Amino acid sequence: MTTLAETNDTLVATPLAGTRGGVAALQSAAQTPFYVLDEHPHPAGYSTQLGFWIYIMSDCLLFSVLFAAYGVLGGSYAAGPAPKDLFDLNIVALNTTMLLLSSITYGFAMLSMQSNSVGRTQIWLAVTAFFGLCFIGIELHEFYGMIREGATPQRSAFLSSFFTLVGTHGLHVTTGLVWMVTLMVQVGQRGLIEANRRRLLCLSMFWHFLDVVWIGVFTFVYLMGMLR
Amino acid sequence: MNDAHASHGGAHDVAHAAAHDSHEPHITLDGYLIGFGLSVILTAVPFYLVMSGVLESKTATAFAITILAVVQIVVHMVYFLHLDAKSEAGWNLMALIFTAVILIIALTGSLWIMYHLKVNMMPMNMSHLP
Repeated sequence: MTTLAETNDTLVATPLAGTRGGVAALQSAAQTPFYVLDEHPHPAGYSTQLGFWIYIMSDCLLFSVLFAAYGVLGGSYAAGPAPKDLFDLNIVALNTTMLLLSSITYGFAMLSMQSNSVGRTQIWLAVTAFFGLCFIGIELHEFYGMIREGATPQRSAFLSSFFTLVGTHGLHVTTGLVWMVTLMVQVGQRGLIEANRRRLLCLSMFWHFLDVVWIGVFTFVYLMGMLR
Repeated sequence: MNDAHASHGGAHDVAHAAAHDSHEPHITLDGYLIGFGLSVILTAVPFYLVMSGVLESKTATAFAITILAVVQIVVHMVYFLHLDAKSEAGWNLMALIFTAVILIIALTGSLWIMYHLKVNMMPMNMSHLP
């Protein structure tokens, strides 16, 4: 085992008048730094969760830029329709309910996974996917209504940034749904093996993160839009 | 030396396995239900504030729903994403703080600069053009 402890002695000793006594006193005061220099094996997926968290944080930055664009352009209607003419808060409230319910049902899927029940995990994943599908359906219905009235992304800067922000969130939810169905099949085929548990945990982070982004969307896009 | 290394490796694997077991966050039904209950309240209140217009001033309403959104985001982070200072030896939280700093810079910077750009822009009215 190679450590940096020896090298560290000299590194610390040089500025401290070069006496070993000084180093010993220093080391007894603070714990000796200990570095592992050689490679050692990690179990598969050891760092997946941290890596996936960092991916989610990068996704968060993507959304923050889209929010910033909406914040800047959200008031430029180009004499076109304003949020008040387009948004129906009842539909948004329904949509928010769907996503919130899907969050708690995914939690139930994780609890079923923890108690090693394949069937219940799959059922709760299916329920979550159902709510997710409702969310996407309602959102597409809303988009369809807006586009039919002529409020297309080309109409004004407000609508361009609106469709980009809300559409990107919708695409993320759709990707999450594809992932969820894939995992339901995988859990069915292989059971709740280590790899599948890891994947379910990653999807859990992804799904709850999308709910967090939606909090920003319904607050700053829809509710603030009605206040403008 | 070889022996020592092997035995150390063995000990290391055991330590890793133990660390790996605690890797999966322990999820409880109570945690999820508390988080869900708080989320429902924190979602319903801003919708009620805007839809009924209880608060006379729009600024006050906007301020209130912003605060409620921030609180709800924290609730989701704690109860649904199981974020705490201990997970991944604090690196999760570090990454989150870094992201939050960048996010605040990007949002406030964009809004601030673009607002001043708009205010200080020469008035350009199409009707004045020939």
